[in-house]
Amino acid sequence: MSEITQPSPIAVPLGTVRPLLRNWRRHVPLLLVAPLLIYMLVLYALPVLAMLLRSLNDPTWTLSHYAALFEDAVFAKTFWITFNTSITVTLGCLILGYPVAMGLVRAKTMAPLILVIILLPFWTSVLVRSYAWMVLLGRHGLINEGLIALGMIDRPIRILNTPLATQIAMIHILLPYMILPIANALRQIDPSLIRAASGLGATPLMTFRQVILPLSMSGVAAGTLLTFVLALGFYITPAMVGGPRDITLSMLIAQEVEQLNWAYAATLSAVLLATALAILAVARRLPGVGNAFRMSMR
Amino acid sequence: MILARLVPAVVVGLILFFLAFPIVVVTVVSFSEATYLTFPPPAFGFRWYEAYFSNPDWLNPTWVSLWVAAAVVVLATSLGTLAALGIARLPKAMRIFATGLILSPLIVPGIVVAIGIYYAYSHYGLVGTPIAMVLAHTCLAVPFVVTSVTASLSGIDPRLEQASLSLGATPGATFWQVTLPLIRPGVLVGALFAFITSFDELIVALFISGTGAVTLPRRMWDDLRFQIDPTIAAVSTLTIVLTVILMGAAHLLRKRSAA
Amino acid sequence: MNGAGRGASVTLADLEKRYDRVNAVDGVSLDIHSGEFLTLLGPSGSGKTSTLMMIAGFETPTAGDIAIDGTSVVAMPPYRRNIGMVFQNYALFPHLTVDENIGFPLKQRGVPKAERARLVAEALELVHLPGYGARYPRQLSGGQQQRVAVARAVVFKPRLLLMDEPLGALDKQLRENLQLEMRRLHADLGITFIYVTHDQEEALTMSDRIAVMNDGKVAQVGSPEDLYDRPSDRFVAGFIGESNFLPAIVRGMEDDVVITECDGALIRAMCPGRPASGDKVTLTTRPERLRFADSAWNATTPQNRLSVTVTEAVFAGERCRYMLQAGDGTSMVLKEPSSAAIRRRAIGERAEISWSIADTILV
Repeated sequence: MSEITQPSPIAVPLGTVRPLLRNWRRHVPLLLVAPLLIYMLVLYALPVLAMLLRSLNDPTWTLSHYAALFEDAVFAKTFWITFNTSITVTLGCLILGYPVAMGLVRAKTMAPLILVIILLPFWTSVLVRSYAWMVLLGRHGLINEGLIALGMIDRPIRILNTPLATQIAMIHILLPYMILPIANALRQIDPSLIRAASGLGATPLMTFRQVILPLSMSGVAAGTLLTFVLALGFYITPAMVGGPRDITLSMLIAQEVEQLNWAYAATLSAVLLATALAILAVARRLPGVGNAFRMSMR
Repeated sequence: MILARLVPAVVVGLILFFLAFPIVVVTVVSFSEATYLTFPPPAFGFRWYEAYFSNPDWLNPTWVSLWVAAAVVVLATSLGTLAALGIARLPKAMRIFATGLILSPLIVPGIVVAIGIYYAYSHYGLVGTPIAMVLAHTCLAVPFVVTSVTASLSGIDPRLEQASLSLGATPGATFWQVTLPLIRPGVLVGALFAFITSFDELIVALFISGTGAVTLPRRMWDDLRFQIDPTIAAVSTLTIVLTVILMGAAHLLRKRSAA
Repeated sequence: MNGAGRGASVTLADLEKRYDRVNAVDGVSLDIHSGEFLTLLGPSGSGKTSTLMMIAGFETPTAGDIAIDGTSVVAMPPYRRNIGMVFQNYALFPHLTVDENIGFPLKQRGVPKAERARLVAEALELVHLPGYGARYPRQLSGGQQQRVAVARAVVFKPRLLLMDEPLGALDKQLRENLQLEMRRLHADLGITFIYVTHDQEEALTMSDRIAVMNDGKVAQVGSPEDLYDRPSDRFVAGFIGESNFLPAIVRGMEDDVVITECDGALIRAMCPGRPASGDKVTLTTRPERLRFADSAWNATTPQNRLSVTVTEAVFAGERCRYMLQAGDGTSMVLKEPSSAAIRRRAIGERAEISWSIADTILV
């Protein structure tokens, strides 16, 4: 342990201090962390691991459940829907989120207001936000009423309970997760770089493309990967506003648990978890993304 | 010229509108007198609020959510604050392991956590008990407490501790008189996040609430599955208000202590 | 060696601090007298801060001993050493008022409230900040915060005060004012001050003695005059003030004056040792002690002389600064006070410079 950078008051004086006393002080940090670690191991980590283990030892030690996935049409379709939706949603968030991030960083007087508008839905529970979309997209919801009033349709069209509804609602919910990391990265850009570019003859568009955009990439990567991973695991929103036949991976897992198909559910969970972890592991290696993650973690 | 400035502003404005509007809609609908979920509502009134406050089927889950969240705050804040204090001084390997484990609920997909907990808790007959809800929610809330307290800790000048020691304060006295007062904002922010995390939590609740520990989100979910009752709009609005107050307070606390 | 006066005596014996494979402090031995103002001076990485931290108790030596008033303190934790300490960034407790900050050490020692208030007020008077007690550190300027930090460090009447570059964060004018205040404080309190800085001007101004450190070792200890006039090695000569270095070859000795040949001329220098004839050595002299031989100034002491060419001339307000080149290519700097009456030399001009033998040292 470096004593210059992090001087520890618990550093032990030599010589005359009794050995027992000396050992006690050194272990204080561990004693502080241990209760929480034990708590989480017993009440969260081990339960999750035990459940995941069902994918490997049911009825005996076997990899057959994983092997079976390759032939599993339901899994394939579900994975495809989940993946597809997640990509669409992430792209949507990126396209909508980047301009807002720029607006947030550029704005002077409006900045607090913009931040509030981004944070308010962010703080609201997923349940409430999904419900809001049920209200908006329902048969008598605003969208339909508005379209009828504008004369574009005669009868209410079905938007709710379609993949489109899921995507719109998910974009709405995940947008802040895209905006905040990008805004952080944009804020790090030294303003004198922009002035320098301008002084060297670059138009605003050129400056954006050649200076701002590249320098914001770490934030873009962080936001994109975070949004994607979260989208993969989404349960509440697709269940509430999605179509009855559009089952995401998490919905499938829930269904299988309800039918007590633990091995299958565990296998699916392991796949979902592994995918999420793999993406995050890749993300952390990208330059600057690790920091962007840390800063956006609330 | 003006167009170049106007277009981006309009675009951003529209997207922000997209972000804010659904929340506004829910709030407006909650004051609707109509029975259907229509927008805009034909008339305004407090009908659905009355429906909420007069119905034990709504008030009981609200009560459950409130006191579970309160218990979670106590448990998560104490465990999390102690851990944050310890983590800062652990050797590197231990620190990475501890941080990884404690923050993992943020990364593991909610459904996986939920069924894992359900799997183990049902084994021990804990499904449907409020205690189980408190125990599970604490795991989900602790990452926020630890993150917040750690951030607060790292903002403290390390020389302050040295100064305190040089002035004759023992490590214990230094902790009580110097460190603890300075991390108080971080602890408070963590506590607020812990409350909201528990109060709004749905996925784990879906599996382990059973019949004995029905939380408010669980009740809302059931309602939405089986009948669309505009009371939900009133409940939603009330939770939005609660969330805004608590999160707003947390946000202000953080800005003030960063100054 | 118990402190007879109000200040503690400190003895460092073969102190060593090892990190991985590097010795940050490498065999430092020092006797600090009761009541003196001693500065540890050196560049970054010289080990001066590490030494101070070990005296304070925040770092444990890997070898050697530290004794305060004759008692070894190496096994004692910092909160029992009763030493005052002032940090570079003040380290005032932001959540406490100035009164509470200064009263903090008294509170730890169980001093009752009324007595505490009296001592705190006294300390505030000492640093010329009466009435500031109710304020918070963030409401004070840098200089005021530093003074509160000093008040806090002396209120419990320690016999030793340690200071780790306390004026580093302040601007020049403020720094100079506070340097004088520190000197005055030292005279008033009569306790031992150990001061760490990398600023040699500051060290020269404030200290009774200076210990110049380099690479974890003490290069030289002495009064400011000792160090300035008689640097013991090249490092000290170059670190304190500005120096000219002249390569020369030993030709002979006369008492404690060595005769050398430099650029064809015979140059004499003060020399404590006895170098052998033919040795290659370096002589050092200060730029402001050189004179142009033809200027209107009479030498009263034996002089060295050398022929040079002026290569640069800079007017810097109170002085003129000339870069000179000797015949063998050695560059030298000459500083003379500027005056309308003195002729400015032109670039390329040949001149003869003259300076006292007593101001020439062999390092």
